[in-house]
Amino acid sequence: MSVGISRRDFLKGAGALMVSFGGVATLETIALGQGPFATHMSHIDPSKLDSWIAVGEDGLVTAYTGKCDFGQGMYTAQTQLVAEELCVALERVRLMQCDTSVTPDQGTTSGSQSTPTNFNDGGLAQSAATAREALLEIASRRFNVPTDQLNVVNGLITAKDGTRVTYGELIRGKHFKLTVNPTAKRIAVREWTVLGKPIPSLDIQELVTGQFEFVHNVRLPGMLHGRVVRPPAVGATLVSIDERSVEDMPGLVKVVVRRNFVGVVAEKQVQAEQAASKLRVNWSKGGGNLPAQRLFYEYMREQPSRDVLAVDSGDVNEKLGAAVWQLRATYQHPYQAHGSIGASCAVADVQDHKATIWSPTQSVYPTRSGVAQLLGLPADNVRVIFVRGSGCYGLNGADTVSYDAALLSQGVRKPVRVQLTRQDEMAWGENYGAACVIDQRAGLDEKGSIMAWDCETWSVSLGGRPGYEHPGNVITGSLVGFEPQTISPQAASQPTGELRNGSNIVPSYVVGCIGGKCGGAGKVRSERVLAHTVKSPFFTGPLRSPLRLQNTFAHECFMDELSAHVKADPVAYRLQHLNETRLMDVVKAAAKGASWEERPSPKSARLRRGVTSGRGIACVAYEGDNGYVALVAEVEVDQASGRVQPKRFVVAQDCGPISNPAGMRNQIEGGVLQGMSRALGEEITWDQNKITSTSWRSYHSLPLGMELPTIESVLINRSETRALGAGETAITVVAAAIANAIFDATGARVRQLPLVPARVKAALEARS
Amino acid sequence: MSTVTLKVNGHIHTVQVDPETPLLYVLGDELALRGPKFGCGLGQCGACTVLMNGDAVRSCITPVSAVNTAEIVTLEGIGTAAKPHAIQQAFIDEEAAQCGFCLSGVILSAKALLDRNPNATERDVRNALSGVLCRCFAHTRMFAAIRRYAKLRHA
Ligand code: FES
Ligand code: FES
Repeated sequence: MSVGISRRDFLKGAGALMVSFGGVATLETIALGQGPFATHMSHIDPSKLDSWIAVGEDGLVTAYTGKCDFGQGMYTAQTQLVAEELCVALERVRLMQCDTSVTPDQGTTSGSQSTPTNFNDGGLAQSAATAREALLEIASRRFNVPTDQLNVVNGLITAKDGTRVTYGELIRGKHFKLTVNPTAKRIAVREWTVLGKPIPSLDIQELVTGQFEFVHNVRLPGMLHGRVVRPPAVGATLVSIDERSVEDMPGLVKVVVRRNFVGVVAEKQVQAEQAASKLRVNWSKGGGNLPAQRLFYEYMREQPSRDVLAVDSGDVNEKLGAAVWQLRATYQHPYQAHGSIGASCAVADVQDHKATIWSPTQSVYPTRSGVAQLLGLPADNVRVIFVRGSGCYGLNGADTVSYDAALLSQGVRKPVRVQLTRQDEMAWGENYGAACVIDQRAGLDEKGSIMAWDCETWSVSLGGRPGYEHPGNVITGSLVGFEPQTISPQAASQPTGELRNGSNIVPSYVVGCIGGKCGGAGKVRSERVLAHTVKSPFFTGPLRSPLRLQNTFAHECFMDELSAHVKADPVAYRLQHLNETRLMDVVKAAAKGASWEERPSPKSARLRRGVTSGRGIACVAYEGDNGYVALVAEVEVDQASGRVQPKRFVVAQDCGPISNPAGMRNQIEGGVLQGMSRALGEEITWDQNKITSTSWRSYHSLPLGMELPTIESVLINRSETRALGAGETAITVVAAAIANAIFDATGARVRQLPLVPARVKAALEARS
Repeated sequence: MSTVTLKVNGHIHTVQVDPETPLLYVLGDELALRGPKFGCGLGQCGACTVLMNGDAVRSCITPVSAVNTAEIVTLEGIGTAAKPHAIQQAFIDEEAAQCGFCLSGVILSAKALLDRNPNATERDVRNALSGVLCRCFAHTRMFAAIRRYAKLRHA
């Protein structure tokens, strides 16, 4: 399909009949909920109904969404949403996802924001509701009956006297100029027939039979194959290339160089691979300066930093000084990888004045903008079509490989498919989840209650999502000379406005007061949270539950240490300091589900050798108010080896009204096990010059053959509230719950992730 | 380049390729098959798994020249969306996938084991899957699906 195609042509080409909504530009604008990420004007005006919904003469509904599915179930849930609001059967809805020529700009699919964005009062939901109301309105005029006396089921409108008309018949041949009506009435949750049901993922048949088209399967006529050649060390720059080193390589089409970007294009994949490994490239000695991994957490503290005070009651030091007990602890979280199962891949077709990219990106419009800047084309001449890649949990190599493909295709003016190697993906493809070091201090009064909490964190940042303006935020963009965003050192100022806890930097147990307004989930009044961000030597980005997981690990482990210090039951002690009922409810529900035995940790009758077991809890109000979760972990610890084996997880979760319980359970189970793998073994490693965790031998993911813990989910369905995100909640608390369970079992506290046997063993040996 | 003849999913194909080409690339690029995927190219993840005379092999590290007369079956070769194989049906029934990219490794490794040894124990299954990764961590459902298929084989 060519670039610059109109949506009308697209619809015709796709076999759907003319859309009869829309047509005339309107000045009326409405606030469409587009999530927290900035979006730019696209030629698809989100205020117009036909930007979102088309009803064909055959009654088939086509819906357009800027939130795409990469395995988290958004395709199915959004199809349910449209079917529900338009009162048509699920099979009658076709969802078009993320294509800059046909879908509205909804920024990036991320941060568990898709459900809130498209399911609350904007986007897709409101458009479908507008369309339903409009159709009823037309029918009411045709039958001369008020709309409330019309009934609609499966796209068929029936009046009391039995007269009926289908959607298709109603709109046939007519045009309506409609804008999305922000007050169109939504279907009440109690009347849902499609939403809220455990609908199996709509693509599962194609997936299990190998027929689903991933971006890796995109093949174009005349398509060539590309491989990239990345620098051998962080910071190395290109000096020269010896093209003679590959001159006899069969099938080689071209060596493409742009500043520090090097790649090869060949007729076949294997030829591209051979040429990439044969190509002699002279790189400057840029490396040699990486901070030693062993000392990295200390290194972070010494760097110039950008500081933010999230809360500061001003009296923390005084209260800590007056406390009966003062406790402190430091927690450390490593860099971790997305490690998507498929190394990233994209296909680009760049011609003289236009480009089309088939990309697994989570952000088609921002990627369009980045590619346009890389290629020197106007954004309007670039079309980015989302085609699903393998599961992505933030910012894997999807954006970078889209740039790679664009550059290589521009070099040869032919369609090029680029497949990163596993090593490329792990060392020069993705933006890692950030390393963090977190200091906690708390003061307890004579009854053992927390009277002051002081938290100081250091995390790292370099690059991130490119957005519309910063292609240098991912590796390929920076190789061709765009600067990555990084921090500029700045001292903290006193917090103003409302509490923002999007990164869960503020523990759940403090009041979170700024200027008299308290947005925290807890009761501790004396509070200070100071965050430092320092420049990262490696590219970083949002990895599933970015910083929320790191911070929650520190908060929830520390809370456990405090309750152990005063010999309180960890559940009761949490409840005692919480104020937010939704968070308290999930804590109670998880404890109940796990038949939690009320007692302090560590358990009293514990063996000092052999295999011992314990339980731990952790909870969080995800992003402060975007989902509530508590998890009880039961683990076994082999004290001889330090090996930790989780046996059972009980998760209680409240994410508002549940769109699809099957999908939510699937997300919880996946999140919990992914969290377990990350907690137990995952860590990016490096030497003086470069990343060394570049394969599954050096970056340790738990395989399918691992011993599986049981996972029980307790879903709290709050149909009266707003929809919240569910993709990142459960994973946020896993590491803390496991570490707390290890402590319960053994009395040994491990404050650094991952909880590898050697580290656990060392903590066991350090027990008094 | 040389001429290689392969039997894949019941059909004979003749292709012109460098004999060193990994079987995976031949299946994807020359035969346009979608089942086997590039995950690591190192034999470490399973995403490229195919059946070769009934054994699960990693097509990313198998040169096409090593195939000879062996019969290759890919994920799409055992069943279709309209008529899935019993093990695929078990995955559908258990909704055992998130992104689904890893499924060739999971389904074909389990199938190869259970078809050969219907009495395989849970431990055998775990062993067979010890080199297979699913980064979405849909493990729980996948195991439920495999158990379902194991029961069928056993019965
Ligand atoms: S792609 Fe073959 S084992 Fe990973
Ligand atoms: S379902 Fe995504 S890797 Fe397995």
